Amino acid sequence: MARISLSNELKPYTGGATRLALDVASVRQLFEVLGEQYPDLCPYLETGIAVAIDGEIYQDALLQPIRGDSDVLLFTKIAGG
Amino acid sequence: MSTMVKYEEKPLKVVGTRPIRPDGVDKVTGRARFAADYSLPGQLIGKVLRSPHAHARLKSIDTSAALALPGVKAVVTRDDFADMASEFAASGELTINFRDVTRNMMAREKVFYDGHPVAAVAATSESIARAALKLIKVEYEVLPHVIDVVEAMKADAPILHEQQFTDGVTPKPDKPSNIAKRMVFARGDLEAGFKQADLIIEHEFNTKPVHQGYIEPQACLASYSEDGQVELWTGTQGHFVFRAQCAKVLQMDTGKLRVTPTELGGGFGGKNNIYGEPLAIALSRKSQRPVKMVMTREEVFRATGPTSGANVKVKIGCTKDGRIVAAEAELNFQAGAFAGSSVGMACPCTFTRYDIDNVRVVGHDVTVNRPKVAAYRAPGAPIIVFGVESVIDELAKALAIDPIEFRLKNAAKEGTQTYYGPKLGPIGYIETLTKAKAHPHYRAPLGPNQGRGVATGFWFNIGMETSSRLNVNEDGTVTLIMGTVDVAGGSRASMAMMVAEEFGIAYDRVRPVIGDTNALGFNFITAGSRGTFAGGMAAVLSAREAIGKLRQRVAQIREVALEDVLWKDGVAQPAPGGAKQFAPMTLAEIARMAGKTGGSISGQSEINAQGAGPGFCTHIVDVEVDKQTGAVKILRYTIVQDVGKAIHPAYVEGQMQGAAVQGIGWSLNEEYFYGADGVLQNPGFLDYRVPVASDVPFIDTVIVEVPNPNHPYGVRGCGEVSIIPPIAAISNAINNAVGIRLRNQPMSPPAVLKALGEAASGKTKS
Amino acid sequence: MAKHRVSATVNGDAVEFLCETQQTLLDVLRDELHLTGTKEGCGTGDCGACSVTVEGRLMCSCLMLGVEAAGKSIQTIEGMAQGEALHPLQRKFLEHAALQCGVCTPGFLIAARSLLERNPDPSEEEVRYGLAGNLCRCTGYHKIVEAVLDAAREMRGA
Repeated sequence: MARISLSNELKPYTGGATRLALDVASVRQLFEVLGEQYPDLCPYLETGIAVAIDGEIYQDALLQPIRGDSDVLLFTKIAGG
Repeated sequence: MSTMVKYEEKPLKVVGTRPIRPDGVDKVTGRARFAADYSLPGQLIGKVLRSPHAHARLKSIDTSAALALPGVKAVVTRDDFADMASEFAASGELTINFRDVTRNMMAREKVFYDGHPVAAVAATSESIARAALKLIKVEYEVLPHVIDVVEAMKADAPILHEQQFTDGVTPKPDKPSNIAKRMVFARGDLEAGFKQADLIIEHEFNTKPVHQGYIEPQACLASYSEDGQVELWTGTQGHFVFRAQCAKVLQMDTGKLRVTPTELGGGFGGKNNIYGEPLAIALSRKSQRPVKMVMTREEVFRATGPTSGANVKVKIGCTKDGRIVAAEAELNFQAGAFAGSSVGMACPCTFTRYDIDNVRVVGHDVTVNRPKVAAYRAPGAPIIVFGVESVIDELAKALAIDPIEFRLKNAAKEGTQTYYGPKLGPIGYIETLTKAKAHPHYRAPLGPNQGRGVATGFWFNIGMETSSRLNVNEDGTVTLIMGTVDVAGGSRASMAMMVAEEFGIAYDRVRPVIGDTNALGFNFITAGSRGTFAGGMAAVLSAREAIGKLRQRVAQIREVALEDVLWKDGVAQPAPGGAKQFAPMTLAEIARMAGKTGGSISGQSEINAQGAGPGFCTHIVDVEVDKQTGAVKILRYTIVQDVGKAIHPAYVEGQMQGAAVQGIGWSLNEEYFYGADGVLQNPGFLDYRVPVASDVPFIDTVIVEVPNPNHPYGVRGCGEVSIIPPIAAISNAINNAVGIRLRNQPMSPPAVLKALGEAASGKTKS
Repeated sequence: MAKHRVSATVNGDAVEFLCETQQTLLDVLRDELHLTGTKEGCGTGDCGACSVTVEGRLMCSCLMLGVEAAGKSIQTIEGMAQGEALHPLQRKFLEHAALQCGVCTPGFLIAARSLLERNPDPSEEEVRYGLAGNLCRCTGYHKIVEAVLDAAREMRGA
């Protein structure tokens, strides 16, 4: 089971939950499962979330694989000007 | 799958040198064509009618008299555009909502700022178009307005959007609010952290909106054909994003709209958003003629996004030997007329330069009756860093610790856990601090009323979707088609240099051009310091693909195995230790034969570039304060910045210098003045005072290169980070010069004089 | 409204154009004569992007009417190079990377040439004040000042 953490600013959309263990094989699957569990999180999964898998940061990388023992962190996406 | 291309250290021939940029000659002769330089036969001139009120209900619009004026061929209002449901899309830095985009480009129920478009006309000449605007009758019901962010957050403030309830608050509120969103970033235990502190300093700071100040006003030319195909020329930082947004609000197929990005006269984030483009297309559709729309400077100030004005509170606690144990901030940012300011990015970069266990950052995105804000170079960061780096300076001073030493004691480095999520990878912050401390500027003597200030900056930088292709021409020259718009930084030159390096050929044998939306797959906006990083990654991958094909072709021509062919210095030659020897072939020789041996050789790549490396910088500034006029003179300025790898050092220096001077203008003079009626009073360069050549000295630049491990040449973005420290650095310098501590921006002469007066009469302690 | 017919000289060539009363020289250069090298940055004489010389005198073309050009000799950026040979200022701007977006560049080149005609050996301060009527938002002015000082050196034969 991958260890999923959500950064604190996402708490309002998960009812306070920030730590989960999930059996998911890709970022896409992860977003699907999270979206089902926390519907309020859906709009952010669509456009506003970056994912760090074992320390490497990915944005808009739905097919990026997640290993069974990965540490995954979700946090707000970043951009520029 | 996402793309990360690892850095390889190798000897370089082209990368790191300073060739002339490929668009240079056209720019010094006036040949280069910017958006307003394009014209089509039979074109009409489009003009926009704008609200004179800061906040009003739009009751009725009567365009009949305007339509009847000879020479007027089309008029559009809200009735010509479909309403859009709430739908978010990433537009780079600031997530946009299509419901708001359609309302910002043309008001629907209400007008929200002085300058908000309410109608547009197309006529056979500019003078007729202007006359037509005067004939449009609009009925407004003027409403109370609110401009100040703190006022707008109060419960009894006039509400802009009756359907806006603060997002991010539980339980969900049932009363509308100007606070569109609240966000909280936290780590550790703040209360416990502050208990450990021997010294706590807490202050409030206020900043005004400032404009990106690009010298070229927005302009576009649209041509609609009867079969629904549209051609659009426009000055944009992202032609694919513009295509997507225009197609959406006009409800047309994406593939029917061809957007050509023209040479861009400055953007800095302000040209990431559509303004007149959908209006020009709609007018062209109605009139069956091309329509050209060029904004005046007044329109640019009244209606295009400035950056947020803000109110921020910063509280930092540290031990008596200078170790920060707790840090807290509240960021209240103006979003302008519609939600979506840069507060979401300012929050994560507030304290990230430092390794702090206990952090809490709260951000509020607040709508007010001003134009919708747009991104401006490291959006949000200069504002909050003004506060943080000022408080850091005060802490260091109170403990009698050198300001750079204080930062070194707390500096973030590789492996530092951030409070917004991930751990930091390899970064160059400590290197920039150390080099700044060792720089002769740091020890130079100062005279009376002169002071030195230090501040540092951090920006994330991004990657995102990028496509490029290149073709090997029959004579062995290479044409590179890029999709990342060259927003002036010289990225065309850098791309060509990386491609020349990959092929092992001379720089002038590579011709980089920007492809229109028909030529390539999707490319994200050039912003977030991603141009050379992501565009470069795509260009390198395209080159490597082409080189693979070249080797393959030579293997076939020379009848050897692929592994026996080595590509080196522009030549396909026998690999050392390979099975067979063969006569080498140059790029030109292969290219000449390409047509008869299987077709021309090309390479392409479509990626979503990952692995952008954050950038850090340290600034040192010396100022002299004139106590009679309050004028602050910049005597000396030094920037030390980690750029990963400077592909073209002169353009990297140009980014650092340009960003710092924008920061200097932000610090000392730039601000929007509003009357009591909510109307902008200084929509022009006379009274919106940007720096001129006599306001600044030479800006010394020290380039640090800690390679980004996730880019083939180690590139980190470099364009944004140096706009971040100037406000704080200058405020710190003023404090050292004359003992006053300014916490409001701009630190213009009246503000300085007032503070000096208050200090002299003992009203304030610094 | 009836247009005026105006004759003038631009970059050494005789020109004739029609213009409305309120059209500026800048409008005429760009829209009637199709010389788009001169740019409009503000329309109010504050940014210098529209710099031209009229009878050898540096002017903001947005502050002059088209009709006022009658009989006058005007120089724009398009006339700065001599055939294929770039003016030393143009070359130095390229060598020193003194341009980024390039929209202010024509105005700076015209203004710098005018400055060096009046003062062939300016100090750094004189260059900065002499060019204070031209705004640049990209470069921070550093490389522009270096380029102008270097061009002045070359033009003096120093």
